[in-house]
Amino acid sequence: MNLKPGSRWKSAVCDSQIVVVRPPKAEGELQCGGANVLPLDDPAKPTGDINPDFAEGVLIGKRYVDEESGLEVLGAKAGKGSLAFNGVPMTIKGAKPLPASD
Amino acid sequence: MQTPLLLEIAADACPDRLALGGKDGGYDFESYRARASQVAAWLTGKGKVNTGFLGMNGNVLPVLLFASGMAGTSFIPLNYRLVDADLNKLVARTAPCTIIVDDDMIQRINHADGVELIARSEFEAMFMSGSAPEKIDLPEADNDIAVLLFTSGTTGEPKAAVLRHANLTSYVMSTVEFLGADEEEAGLISVPPYHIAGISAILTAAYGGRRIVYLPAFTAEDWVATAAAESITHAMVVPTMLDRILDILDKTGEKLPSLRALSYGGGKMPEQVITRALKLLPHVDFVNAYGLTETSSTIALLGAEDHRVAFTSSDPDIRRRITSVGQPLPTIELEIRREDGTICEPGEKGEIYVRGDQVSGEYLNKKVTTADGWFPTNDAGWLDEGGYLFVDGRLDDVIVRGGENISPGEIEDMLRSFDDIADCAVLGIPCDEWGEKVVAVIVSRSGKPDTDSISVAMRDKLRSTKTPEQWFQRDALPYNETGKLLRRVLKDELAKETKDA
Repeated sequence: MNLKPGSRWKSAVCDSQIVVVRPPKAEGELQCGGANVLPLDDPAKPTGDINPDFAEGVLIGKRYVDEESGLEVLGAKAGKGSLAFNGVPMTIKGAKPLPASD
Repeated sequence: MQTPLLLEIAADACPDRLALGGKDGGYDFESYRARASQVAAWLTGKGKVNTGFLGMNGNVLPVLLFASGMAGTSFIPLNYRLVDADLNKLVARTAPCTIIVDDDMIQRINHADGVELIARSEFEAMFMSGSAPEKIDLPEADNDIAVLLFTSGTTGEPKAAVLRHANLTSYVMSTVEFLGADEEEAGLISVPPYHIAGISAILTAAYGGRRIVYLPAFTAEDWVATAAAESITHAMVVPTMLDRILDILDKTGEKLPSLRALSYGGGKMPEQVITRALKLLPHVDFVNAYGLTETSSTIALLGAEDHRVAFTSSDPDIRRRITSVGQPLPTIELEIRREDGTICEPGEKGEIYVRGDQVSGEYLNKKVTTADGWFPTNDAGWLDEGGYLFVDGRLDDVIVRGGENISPGEIEDMLRSFDDIADCAVLGIPCDEWGEKVVAVIVSRSGKPDTDSISVAMRDKLRSTKTPEQWFQRDALPYNETGKLLRRVLKDELAKETKDA
């Protein structure tokens, strides 16, 4: 899976869409709801069940990180599945928004 | 990551939200993106490496910026205030380029090989009028360079600062929350198209989901009228603009109830102006932003809470933070270095160095960052004990008098504290005895400044070497339209005057 910055993906099992902000340092699989994500332009519709271990949801505008590999993604569309990298759940990056300056 | 992606994901997430222009007749995000994609396909057909813009602010600008990115060209906004000869030199340097030019500016531009001029009216008829067109899906572009901005060239030929997609998207994503704006928010943009703040405002607004409204060119009357009519919530101004806006508010009694946040930057804000602003607009959050073209805009911020704390503090060390630019962004590393490269103590003045993903520190064919990525800003400054940054002007402006380095900022601040001095500039002009001598150019409210007693008062507080040795009076000082004092213009005038005398 070529997780280059700016690449766009969608969940195979829910409505989530994801944009890669920072690539992982090592090869791996990005998953949502327990299943590997698909390229955004893949015609397949979401199908199958969300793995209950990965069902906390993706939120729009939130950033998710995998500390180990450095992978960072942005939730571009909300969905019920939650994100993992090589089976390890990704965590929400707690960033305080800054005041608008331009 | 490419900058058009910022618009793409916003348009996917909230296609119907108003994005550009007035409450009536503005474009929503879907229309914004679709128009940009149509322009991109047209630009691709032209096959030029660069896309230029020479004209006044308006919706053409953001559509063109994103279209340029989608088409894989580098975007070059040009400064229409340059004299024709200088402007034509820059136009020639953009080749091969497609340039959209305001109709009344087109006759200023001479033929240049590889440069195609398109009249703005023609462009608007093709892409900006009528209902939203169909979106065109283009293959992803792989050009790294998003924007080339010519520096003002105060010290020689203008340099083309390189801003890569990676610099700009990093800045946007680290400072703005995706769709963090609510639907009522609207930003008023009055900085010119060829200024870094004009570029970054387009990108942050798209990603944040905030509508933007343009003033074709700044006048304080138009600014206040538009801010009121369009229920503007956010705006960025330079110090000279704010002072004039406050005059209009004073005169008209307009309170701008919708306005939530006003950021300022691009030059040193006199303390009197910001103090007056805080009093006249108590419901507004003020943000002071410091940044450079070469850093993709803001690298340090003094936030609203910092303003309030400083404004009400009786502790002089806290109070003076109102004149600081706040603290560096969390994603920016910042150091103050001595000439020998070692790091300054708190309170000690040196050169500001920064490092981070948003920092380009690069001109065409010339990278000026150090091997480990630090960019020397050429700005003088210092940090206080709390890590607040005080910027003290360009290192080039430092006066060297008999081997002593004197920075004009401190002397100017002191001069402004005299009631009779409306504006001032302190400069070094050539002198046989000391190499340079310190002179002050002042704008007096009374027209009869008592420079003798001012000199005495200053000598008591500053060293005698920092007291101006010669005084000049002006009705007004020369500024460029983004509020930068034109020191070189003044310096040339004075050098001539003192020589003639």
